[in-house]
Amino acid sequence: MTGSDQSHRLPTGGAIDRRRPLAFRFDGREYRGYAGDTLASALLANGVRVVGRSFKYHRPRGVLTAGPEEPNALVELRGGARIEPNTRATMVELFHGLEATSQNRWPSLRFDALEVNDLLSRFLVAGFYYKTFMGFPGWHFWEQRIRAAAGMGRGTTEPDPDGYETMNAHCDVLVVGGGPAGLAAALAAGRTGARVMLLEETDGLGGRLRSDRETLNGTPAMRWAEAAAFELVDLPEVTVLTRTTGFGIYDGNVVGAVERVADHLPVPPAHMVRQRLWHIRPRRVIVAAGAIERPLVFGGNDRPGVMQAGAVRTYLNRYAVAPGRQAVVVANNDDGYRTALDLAAAGIHVAQVVDTRSAGRGEWWRRAVDAGLDVVDRAAVTNAYGRMGLVGCDVTRLDGNGGTAGNGRFVPCDLIASSGGWTPSIHLHSHAGGKAEWDDAIAAFVPGPGRAGVTTIGAAAGRFALSDCLADGFRVGAEAARDCGFGSGTAPDAPVADEASVAPLQAIWSVPGTPGRKVKRFVDHQDDVTVEDIELAHREGFVSVEHLKRYTTLGMGTDQGKTSNTAGHALMAGLRGRPIPAVGTTTFRPPYTPVAMGAFAGRAAGRHLAPIRRTALHDWHAANGVVFVEAGPWLRPQYYLRPGETNSREAMDRAITEEVVATRTRVGISDVSSLGKIDVQGPDAAEFLNRVYCNGFARLPVGKARYGLMLREDGLVDDDGTTSRLADTHFLMTTTTVHAAEVLADLEWYLQVVWPELDVRVSSVTEQWAGMALAGPRARDVLAAALDPGTADVSNEALPFLGVTTTATVRGVPVRIFRISFSGELGYEVNAPADWGIDVWEALMHAGEPHGIRPYGLEAMGIMRIEKGHVAGAELDGRTTPDDLGLGRMASTAKWYVGRGMLGKPAYTDPDRPKLVGLVPVDGRTRIRAGAILVADPDAPTPIPKLGHVTSSAYLSPTVGHPISLALLARGRERIGEEVWAVFPTRSQRIRARVTEPCFVDPEGEKLHG
Amino acid sequence: MIRIPCPYCGPRDHDEFSYAGDATKVRPADPAAATPEDWHRYVYLRDNPRGAHLEYWHHVQGCRAYVKVLRDTATHEVLAAGLPSDDLPFEDLEAGR
Amino acid sequence: MAEYSVLSLVRNALGGHRRWIRAWRDPEPKKRYDVLIVGGGGHGLATAYYLARNHGITDVAVLEKGWIGGGNVGRNTTIVRSNYLLDGNNHFYEHSLKLWEGLSRELNYNVMFSQRGVLNLAHSDGQMDAYARRGNAMRLNGVDSELLDRNGVRRLYPYLDYSANARFPIYGGLLQPRGGTARHDAVAWGFARGADRLGVDIIQNCEVTGFERSGDRITGVQTTRGTIGCGRVGMAVAGNTSRVAQMAGLELPIESHVLQAFVTEPLKPLIDGVITFGAGHFYISQSDKGGLVLGGDIDFYNSYAQRGNLPTVEHVMANGCAMMPNLRRLRILRSWGGIMDMSMDGSPIISKTPIDNLYLNAGWCYGGFKATPGSGWVFAHTIAEDRPHRFNEPLSLGRFTTGHLLDEGGKGPTPKLH
Repeated sequence: MTGSDQSHRLPTGGAIDRRRPLAFRFDGREYRGYAGDTLASALLANGVRVVGRSFKYHRPRGVLTAGPEEPNALVELRGGARIEPNTRATMVELFHGLEATSQNRWPSLRFDALEVNDLLSRFLVAGFYYKTFMGFPGWHFWEQRIRAAAGMGRGTTEPDPDGYETMNAHCDVLVVGGGPAGLAAALAAGRTGARVMLLEETDGLGGRLRSDRETLNGTPAMRWAEAAAFELVDLPEVTVLTRTTGFGIYDGNVVGAVERVADHLPVPPAHMVRQRLWHIRPRRVIVAAGAIERPLVFGGNDRPGVMQAGAVRTYLNRYAVAPGRQAVVVANNDDGYRTALDLAAAGIHVAQVVDTRSAGRGEWWRRAVDAGLDVVDRAAVTNAYGRMGLVGCDVTRLDGNGGTAGNGRFVPCDLIASSGGWTPSIHLHSHAGGKAEWDDAIAAFVPGPGRAGVTTIGAAAGRFALSDCLADGFRVGAEAARDCGFGSGTAPDAPVADEASVAPLQAIWSVPGTPGRKVKRFVDHQDDVTVEDIELAHREGFVSVEHLKRYTTLGMGTDQGKTSNTAGHALMAGLRGRPIPAVGTTTFRPPYTPVAMGAFAGRAAGRHLAPIRRTALHDWHAANGVVFVEAGPWLRPQYYLRPGETNSREAMDRAITEEVVATRTRVGISDVSSLGKIDVQGPDAAEFLNRVYCNGFARLPVGKARYGLMLREDGLVDDDGTTSRLADTHFLMTTTTVHAAEVLADLEWYLQVVWPELDVRVSSVTEQWAGMALAGPRARDVLAAALDPGTADVSNEALPFLGVTTTATVRGVPVRIFRISFSGELGYEVNAPADWGIDVWEALMHAGEPHGIRPYGLEAMGIMRIEKGHVAGAELDGRTTPDDLGLGRMASTAKWYVGRGMLGKPAYTDPDRPKLVGLVPVDGRTRIRAGAILVADPDAPTPIPKLGHVTSSAYLSPTVGHPISLALLARGRERIGEEVWAVFPTRSQRIRARVTEPCFVDPEGEKLHG
Repeated sequence: MIRIPCPYCGPRDHDEFSYAGDATKVRPADPAAATPEDWHRYVYLRDNPRGAHLEYWHHVQGCRAYVKVLRDTATHEVLAAGLPSDDLPFEDLEAGR
Repeated sequence: MAEYSVLSLVRNALGGHRRWIRAWRDPEPKKRYDVLIVGGGGHGLATAYYLARNHGITDVAVLEKGWIGGGNVGRNTTIVRSNYLLDGNNHFYEHSLKLWEGLSRELNYNVMFSQRGVLNLAHSDGQMDAYARRGNAMRLNGVDSELLDRNGVRRLYPYLDYSANARFPIYGGLLQPRGGTARHDAVAWGFARGADRLGVDIIQNCEVTGFERSGDRITGVQTTRGTIGCGRVGMAVAGNTSRVAQMAGLELPIESHVLQAFVTEPLKPLIDGVITFGAGHFYISQSDKGGLVLGGDIDFYNSYAQRGNLPTVEHVMANGCAMMPNLRRLRILRSWGGIMDMSMDGSPIISKTPIDNLYLNAGWCYGGFKATPGSGWVFAHTIAEDRPHRFNEPLSLGRFTTGHLLDEGGKGPTPKLH
């Protein structure tokens, strides 16, 4: 194929590269376009008129616009895992091999079964679904059908194969929009040496200059834009990002932008991200986002072939595409004449130019008349015809009072270029909390007072003339640079635009229908909101812009009302007899145009969702058969397989049992490095700890450890751990793994805010020390053998339970030894500097070999702590008091501490509160799982009164030979020896359980102290 | 992004900080003399103003200072910032509410 | 044409839809009402409806500072469920869920309540245990719940990330089949229309500026449309609670935070029910229009701004894409913010107050929408009978004094964590 089948391609002109033809497919059929085309321009060049179906009525639709506001031409781009539904064909740069598919139609774009909705449209008015589908057979029946009919494109269930990333940037002046105003602003600021960033949504700079035939000092204005672009690239402090949309202004004037790094390529090359999200922190923001043309609202204004006038000029001038062969132009402003002249210049027959105004005869009118165009004013297109493509329209005189005068005249045409005026893109101004003010001259909202540091200029400020855009840009760019300390603030001289004077726009928000014809006038094309829908909303009292939006779905489509909101709000204002500004507009929120979720997520995907914390001993575990488990951010050993063994349920069960048995009967070692370790130093350290723990720490001797319990200010248990006094003014606190960061933050809070008079410093040393718990009857033998001779005496006399020594070394590595135990065995916690952790671990393993030492993981540790009745996360659930956990005696009555003020609350001292107990199955073998609920009578009618719940369970305690559990049971301590039901209805289980003391092993602590 | 001027680190994104709430709440200085009502007010009750709000932000990913910030809760504008012991300019904006 | 039905729709269609009347009247406020409800959101409107329907109290006005339904009832992610652990919450929310099940017919307004199932994913043994406890507790209360293992979750949603690449593997989940979604605006409008038809006056654009007191009673409410006398006043002004309460001299255990929510471009059916990620805060469902509706954590600072910031957006999206890696190419169309009145234990307050005839409905945290009918029901009861309904007895303001907290997450008095 050659370019010759591009039946609607103009023979000359355009900014396309005719030497680079590109093949692409739409709905399976192959077409050709050129480099520089968008998908929309390439489809139009090939005479493709229907590209999509509307949301509700499934009406055939063609390309309406040439920009990001496109409501109709939405396609599924690419396919498979890379499918991108609802992609605006107007924003897709054509690439070789592009595949696109029309959407929201079945079985095909041409024959869509749901077009029946269009015939039923009189029933499917705004909000019809609120009034029906309530009776037989119920909403569920109808909903399935409605959901299938609704939606637009199809998503995929396959993972996205592409990558994304986030970039942080700082600059002095950020300019959003690379049209004439933005270019001028960037130039003026950039020339001062300020750090400038310029964001442009499309692939190149110039904005409307790329689409229009305006001139500056007699030469095409685009030449100026090209020169400006060259100059900017050469300025060392200027960064120009094309294909980048500034989609939102957030607090602190931080701008979010998305750069489409590889969307113009078939697939991203290896190592290239698909999109990049920018956080830009500018000192000044200049918004030069341009304006969006509004369609006129007339009968059949959605027919394929009705197009925005400005888009017609874009297709003609930039893409060298004739969007039709016989045109009617209709407008309420001078853009009609401008467009008609461009059409004529491109050799396209302009059948009729229609001006809805009564006072539009200015310089542009004169030019059109002089060019021999057939112009009629005080008239409008009152209905357009042609289901699958425009065939003609009625042109009818207007009576000046909202009605028609005389009969319509049918004008054959395949293109209607329509302009209802332009709406400034004030989105970013509004994101930053700026107000919108109504400007009658252009019949649109313009930026009112806004946030300091954000200035909107050019067309986005309602100043559409090229000379105004340039003047705004140069002036505001220079001022912004000056505000950042660059330049004098004097604006460079702007080139002179050769502009005709403009006759004022006369707003017309809806055009009456052809007399005697029933017409559908679309305000919101995508969601099929018609003038009648707005009238209905008004009739039913949905008159505020928010109610209007929500009731009719006006502006809720993928275009977010960019082409429809102004007309919709104006129509409602008219119905209410109120001025438009009194009716208001909806609030703009980011994003300006839709942004891929992956771009927001950036690199935080898959494994990289959150950092993984590995202990200093990680590599040893990995090399020795460990099975890791995710414990919050940490990877911790769960259990260890035998060499060469594959993981299985049986292997796991055996490994865990062996690890417990080894530890209880011989010796075990486990990695406890993830426990929070906080160094506490200072003259007031003891006093400080005495205030944050509910038990006493003021008189803890040097060289001793103590178990401490921390409460929150509300009196409930926060965290626990052992804290050791290493020197008079030096303590080492340990916390649970989960609460480590939070406890440190709390300590800092008390020191900096509450008790600044205390001279104490705290610092996390969790990662500085590898922690290993050595436990079991032979722990002392192993430890003694591992220590370098003479560095420490670890005999029971020299280092009794809760003793601490810091003098020892292992293979020359200084270690701290704490005689504490979580398992209830004779135990030592050995801390070694993290970098030597593995050496010390291996020394302990080596010393333990003759004793049959086993490393044990979290599972074995969990079983042993349940056997001992030690509380952990499931018991420290943020709802328990010290007394609930059997730790009530720890709470001192001799001092004040955090949380004490609340402990007397009636609910906390209620004797019916659940208390920590042990549970064993009466049958001696059925595991009572955590999450079971304790009840007196499982057959009671619902709601069944609850006595408590099982917090932790061991499916088998190797030590006692049957399953054991811990539970919180109402009046639990009084019920020891009684039986209760443990029910687990989600597993259809009920188990008879006997209540026991929470400690199943060595209740007197003989092993611990031995 | 709320940009918080940390007294030690300069202006930083708010996501470097952990929000620590109302800074007008003063913990009873003499706990023994405090009534249950005093504790209740301290732990549970909040003015929660719309407008100027005196609050703490903990610079957890920076210098770890608790920064006292006066911020407008309606606009998120930061009006002043300092250390906990500082009297911030405009602090009376909230106090006078 | 007051009654909605297929027939009335057809008849009206044939008449060009010219005979539909206002869904609710637009009356001038009277000088006095027996009951004034401050706040024309879902809860306020539901309260007015049930005052009239259940208690025969029809001399009621709902005062709304803007347009009804403009606050959180129209700014949420439309999830309805009753999968709460603690009895005080569970009984209340289950009552609400039961009301949802008949609400469209009750109101003669299709609120599109769709019981598509709410699934909470678990990513550790500890989380599975916690969900088991919750599911078991629910079942003992007569509430539906199913504990799913990894394969059970996979059968329901085969496209979540079950790969070795998942940072937080899916262990299983807790499913409440009766949970689902509803059309949020319709709930406000349906209750408004229902209340209006029972004689309640809905006064829009009427902002409360103060209260007139006589001793421990409120005698009138000052508004931008004049002072209105009253017998009793019910406050249901989520997002403004502390401000309005302050006018009445009350300080509350509430902080207001902004919660962002998001919707994607509309898609053909992709996600059937509601799924929540358990290794970070993220929830998603698909609306009948096709948009994926999603959200996550609040922004973690006091705010009345109804808009949030990028870090939270990015965090929400990262969690979502981690759970469903196919989401990455889908585009966020719209975001918005609602002001959450975060209570000090994460549970709501429907309560009498220290002022004799002032009643408080507040502190809904993330969860006010699903409560709408139940909240209206028990709040109406509290106002009408001057004592709580048994379902809101545990939701009293006094629980913060007595210690009978309802802390589902065990996070303590740090509102941002609930």
